[in-house]
Amino acid sequence: MSWVLGDSVPMTAYITLSAVLFLLGVVGVLVRRNAIIIFMSIELMLNAANLALVTFASFLNQTAGQVFVFFVMAVAAAEVAVGLAIIVNVFRARQTVYVDEVNLLKG
Amino acid sequence: MTPIFFLLFAAVAVFSALMVVLQRNPVASALYLVLSFCSLAGLYVLLHAPFLAAVQVIVYAGAIMVLFLFVIMLLNLRKDVEAGVHRTARQLFGWLLGLVLAAQLYLLLRAPWGLGPQGQEPAEAVQAVGNTQAIGLRLYTDYLLPFEVTSIVLLVAIVGAVVLSLRQGKHEGIEEAP
Amino acid sequence: MQIPGLSPDLNWFVWAVIKVVALMTAVLLPVPFVVWAERKVAGHIQFRPGPNRVGPFGLIQPFADVVKLLFKEETLPEKADRVVYFLAPMLALIPAITVMSVVPVGPSFYATDVNVGLLVFLAMSSLGVYAVTLAGWSGNNKYGLIGGLRASAQMISYELSMGLSVIGVVLLAGSLSLVTIVEAQSGTLFGFLPRWYVFYQPVGFAAFVLTMLAETNRVPFDLPEADSELVAGYHVEYSSMKFAAFFMGEYMNMLAISAVCTTLFLGGWHGPWLPPAWGGPLWFFTKVAVLMVCFLWVRWTFPRLRYDQLMNLGWKVLLPLTLANAMVTALGVALREGWFR
Repeated sequence: MSWVLGDSVPMTAYITLSAVLFLLGVVGVLVRRNAIIIFMSIELMLNAANLALVTFASFLNQTAGQVFVFFVMAVAAAEVAVGLAIIVNVFRARQTVYVDEVNLLKG
Repeated sequence: MTPIFFLLFAAVAVFSALMVVLQRNPVASALYLVLSFCSLAGLYVLLHAPFLAAVQVIVYAGAIMVLFLFVIMLLNLRKDVEAGVHRTARQLFGWLLGLVLAAQLYLLLRAPWGLGPQGQEPAEAVQAVGNTQAIGLRLYTDYLLPFEVTSIVLLVAIVGAVVLSLRQGKHEGIEEAP
Repeated sequence: MQIPGLSPDLNWFVWAVIKVVALMTAVLLPVPFVVWAERKVAGHIQFRPGPNRVGPFGLIQPFADVVKLLFKEETLPEKADRVVYFLAPMLALIPAITVMSVVPVGPSFYATDVNVGLLVFLAMSSLGVYAVTLAGWSGNNKYGLIGGLRASAQMISYELSMGLSVIGVVLLAGSLSLVTIVEAQSGTLFGFLPRWYVFYQPVGFAAFVLTMLAETNRVPFDLPEADSELVAGYHVEYSSMKFAAFFMGEYMNMLAISAVCTTLFLGGWHGPWLPPAWGGPLWFFTKVAVLMVCFLWVRWTFPRLRYDQLMNLGWKVLLPLTLANAMVTALGVALREGWFR
């Protein structure tokens, strides 16, 4: 942690941060019942990946990583639109947003 | 100065991500996620990507999260009720898997790994021409096909969202948002 | 300008704080005058004198209003979401102040020259939607909620057209930085016509003006806070100082967006006959004042658009129009740069 007093932040710090955010996203998906919060955790995972991409783009002196982040953002936006429409439809049909109560096909 | 800003943004990002997962109220979760996205935008600025920082705020914090908030308000979701079958076992399992993943990530990051071949666009050259222009040059030459395909993906998403929100049943008509 | 005795980092930080405070004042200080001007202009358009009792020409009226609001009871609805209820008014003020940090008021009078300055403005207007949405939700009131959802749907619809209408300006100036855009508008055409982008981009300017009105929820786009129809729309459950915060926030938003409009289309701080050093900020604020008077004028001249007419205008008229404008401008720039030779 000696870089705190220095001039620049090492790449490992950014990658560790990205890993921690991804981890929190995974835990969110596994632990929560509310479909919308699960969706938000997925967005968190996508952002963690974006952070890793931008870090590598910066430290490898290229812009291809940033272009890829652009695509990830566009696809995430599309996915959120459709996913939320699906959740709204499930709510209309089953009157619940909790994923463990949508179990008609079970057993 | 940079390490102080990095620590600030990183702390806010991790704290708000944790709050997203732990909060019971969905509106609070959504607002913490917005905070997380804004601190990530700050980190992008530190990584010499101001264009992406602005786009992150405009797209993620300004559009996607507004959509989340709309849906939460439309469905009138109040505090989450943590109940259901096997609740304790589910949550324990979730956190345990999280711990396992954390251990894996730690081992991965500790192992010696190096960077691949360096690109040809050092930060000073990019700053001279502007981050936006550099991304634009790449986007419309080398990555033109993914760009066009992304536009089709967005079109499909628009059509899909509209079709999914058509109310099937008694009257055929498009249900308008309030 | 180096303050003696400070390290370069600290010097930068101190000057940054000073500039930020100065720009915050620039957007906060005119608000009482705008409140007074609104009521005077409204009065004269309606063939009555407006406030003229409180102080000379009614100039103390806004301060009297503030004192009245201070003495009102601070309410908190029973089932309201407390944290969000307190957060929303604060969010109403933040975007307007942040935008001023990238707007050049004079030849070196800007807090920072980010090379994506225009995107910072668009980002802040995207964040401005939250104040309205959360205000409508947190009051636990169905009229507030409807007003809030309508207002945010309107704001995000017109954000698209706003972004597209400025693409022409960006293409002509070659940069997203507001400082560069202003500098590209220097000089004159034919000796007397200034090279402002309002003359190069009339369609873009018209579209931007319409989106300015829609983004700040002003008539003819103020259905979400329709005084006579929806009670008070999204801030129906707010009283006293929190209502004052929304009230102020609306005027500050108007000021900030007028400032951006002058930098993009009306030449920023450029103006004839005065030396740029102190004439620059003078011309800038004159142009902002003219735009503000137009805001006030329009309010009492046009009827309110119905919600479906509003959304129709945003999606079916402005969006294709601004797209076409962007394409034509791109074609023009390509021809000027000699791509088709």
